[in-house]
Amino acid sequence: MSTNAKFGGASVPASRLVSSLAPPGEISSTDIDRSCCIPLLALFGGAALWLVVGSVLALIASIKFHAPDFLANCACLTYGRLQPVADDALLYGFCLPAGLGVALWLLARLSGTPLRGAIVPIVAANLWHLGVFVGLAGILIGDSSGFAWLEFPRGGSVPIFFAYLLLALWSIMIFAGRRGRTLYPSQWFLVAALFWFPWIYSSANLFLLTSPVRGVAQAVIGWWFANNLLVVWTGLVGLGAAFYFLPKITGRPLQSHYLALFAFWTFILFATWCGIPPGAPVPAWMPTLSAVAAAWLLVPWLAVFLVVWQTVHGSVRSSWNNTTFCFVGSGIDAFLLSGLMLMAMACPQISRFTNFTWFGSAETQLRLYGFFAMTMFGAVYYILPRAVGLEFPFPKLARVHFWLSLAGIALLVVPLAIGGIVQGWKLQHPDIVAFADTTKAMLPFLRVSTTGLLLMLLGNLLFFANVMGLTLRWKIALLKQFIAFVKSPLETTSASASLRRDKEVRA
Amino acid sequence: MKNGFLVFLVSLVVLGGSWCGFVLAPVLQLGGQKQTTILNSSDLYPVGRPGMANQGLQVYRANGCAACHTEQVQQDGVACDVVLTSAGKTPLAVTNAISSLKLTGLDKGTADAAVDKINAAGGKAEIHITATGPDISRGWGLRHSVAEDFLYDDPVQLGSVRIGPDLADVGTRRPDANWQLLHLYAPQSVVNGSAMPPFRYLFRVQKIGGEPSPDALNLPKAFTPPAGYEVVPTAQAEELAAYLLSLQADVPLHDAPFTQPLAVSKP
Repeated sequence: MSTNAKFGGASVPASRLVSSLAPPGEISSTDIDRSCCIPLLALFGGAALWLVVGSVLALIASIKFHAPDFLANCACLTYGRLQPVADDALLYGFCLPAGLGVALWLLARLSGTPLRGAIVPIVAANLWHLGVFVGLAGILIGDSSGFAWLEFPRGGSVPIFFAYLLLALWSIMIFAGRRGRTLYPSQWFLVAALFWFPWIYSSANLFLLTSPVRGVAQAVIGWWFANNLLVVWTGLVGLGAAFYFLPKITGRPLQSHYLALFAFWTFILFATWCGIPPGAPVPAWMPTLSAVAAAWLLVPWLAVFLVVWQTVHGSVRSSWNNTTFCFVGSGIDAFLLSGLMLMAMACPQISRFTNFTWFGSAETQLRLYGFFAMTMFGAVYYILPRAVGLEFPFPKLARVHFWLSLAGIALLVVPLAIGGIVQGWKLQHPDIVAFADTTKAMLPFLRVSTTGLLLMLLGNLLFFANVMGLTLRWKIALLKQFIAFVKSPLETTSASASLRRDKEVRA
Repeated sequence: MKNGFLVFLVSLVVLGGSWCGFVLAPVLQLGGQKQTTILNSSDLYPVGRPGMANQGLQVYRANGCAACHTEQVQQDGVACDVVLTSAGKTPLAVTNAISSLKLTGLDKGTADAAVDKINAAGGKAEIHITATGPDISRGWGLRHSVAEDFLYDDPVQLGSVRIGPDLADVGTRRPDANWQLLHLYAPQSVVNGSAMPPFRYLFRVQKIGGEPSPDALNLPKAFTPPAGYEVVPTAQAEELAAYLLSLQADVPLHDAPFTQPLAVSKP
């Protein structure tokens, strides 16, 4: 297949490779990249801001475990409000817009079609960030809906829903206008993800907030939504991006397309049924079905493992100096690890000790930050300079960001996972451990995880600095162009005269 | 567009399937759920929370209490004890029958068999059911939580992590509204070393004007406001306390049977 050539050696700039392959009359990849410039700046810029906001709030929330009195007099800053705001800032503020931006660019690149009507995604990106602002502020003033991962009040959920629709529509239009007919596996993953969110978000909002159903059916729908967003949506976008970047950077073709498609099919088939926790006060078939689906997740897990292993095997060392590879590679590792944790939590013998503990939180953080955010960081570091046509102002900080984030997420997740099992064991032994002691036993673990959050915050700040710095560079370049344009008729009359002559000749 | 349409179709079928399973089916199965009768009684359960407690649920939601507290008691199974209620006319035969039987900590089938043998010997016996499991041993409830417990709640606040104790039955465990208010204002004042953040913003510290307010909290020394001041709960604090008191999942149901203890005296 042409894939090998298309995603050729890391030493040759990818843009040149693709454009050299393009048949005459084809649009060059540089044009495609540039067509996405402003929408991507809008999506990634806001995302970087929310990422920092989210990690600051997560840090404050975490400090409250060591000092319950810390900032306790302000209703807005109580733990029960801060924690969901921090979570939502990461998910809705960073993960979704970053994922949408990456999907937009990837679909444009893979379809060989530039983005047209860029004003719509620009407006949508701003609408999205406005919605996130209203949503987060709503939770802080006590307007949370009370459903995990769906806390946004209507003022936040309506704008982000329509912003998503616009962005998805534009991405699908690029996809529909593609040049080649054969699809690259990433396109399957991304198109499915674009379709997934509007369905689950509208369903959840309709059945839980607009016209709420009765009783625990609410909880089931809430779990279904959260699972489909946190596991399926992030999985689709993250894997779609990884299956593009890993072959691209290692210079080896994806091994293989069929296995990747098998992973896609089985992943959406089983992952979409997970999420109902064992022992929930709902009809027993629901948690049972979820547990069975989670066990079957082993099939796509193995498929993803094989695809990645066969693709990057032997070229890890040579690709390691590429920051995007580091981010995406460790993101995939986190995906596989969090998948194992998800399967473990559904297994009845293990769930006894993980249910209602920090273990679940560790799994979620590993999936959202360790897998998804890390993959997105890698993608943004790759995409944004190409889209803008300028280098990041502090390219060396990207590597520092990588190590800070990696150390941070490890220090966050490992203690929470181990602490969660300790906590679960203690909860299961009421005869020898009083409840107060289970809480106390968690404190050392929480202390380490606070350190992890601090490192993540530092890493996120570096990412923010780079994205904002690049935006600033772009604005300065734009300003220079504008000034040059204003000045040009005065200084280069001869040039414009020659231009006029040209026109006359052509006429 | 052959392949592209296929992606759309596959996603539609797969997501549609799980939507039918975990959105439509729960709505059909649980959305029309009605009250149920309490075991061995004609009373209906649940009867709905009082208005103030319902407002308290909104305070619970707004402050994200579910970030630390669950409202779902788990249960491993049941243990049955066979209790002799009458020796009948042939006490000796009954005694003989009993001496060969194990009467405590049985499963339902063994307990039924034991009762049959006692009945055959001419005595009368009944089965006392106790729920078992770590949560039950902790005194967090008398049985596991069931769907009916949340029939009238909107939003349902099941929670997912136990940073604090389970609250499904906290109204039975801590039936004193004043204790709840003290605990909300200064958790450490009633629970030594509690990790719960104080919810002082649900209270007003005000100057005592003339007579002290009847609602003022009776705080332990270390937590009292400056002299001449008193701590009064706001409406929100009162509502939240009312909601916590209304959390009483303490009746046996067909799905979750247990035998009512004669005197409920839990610390």
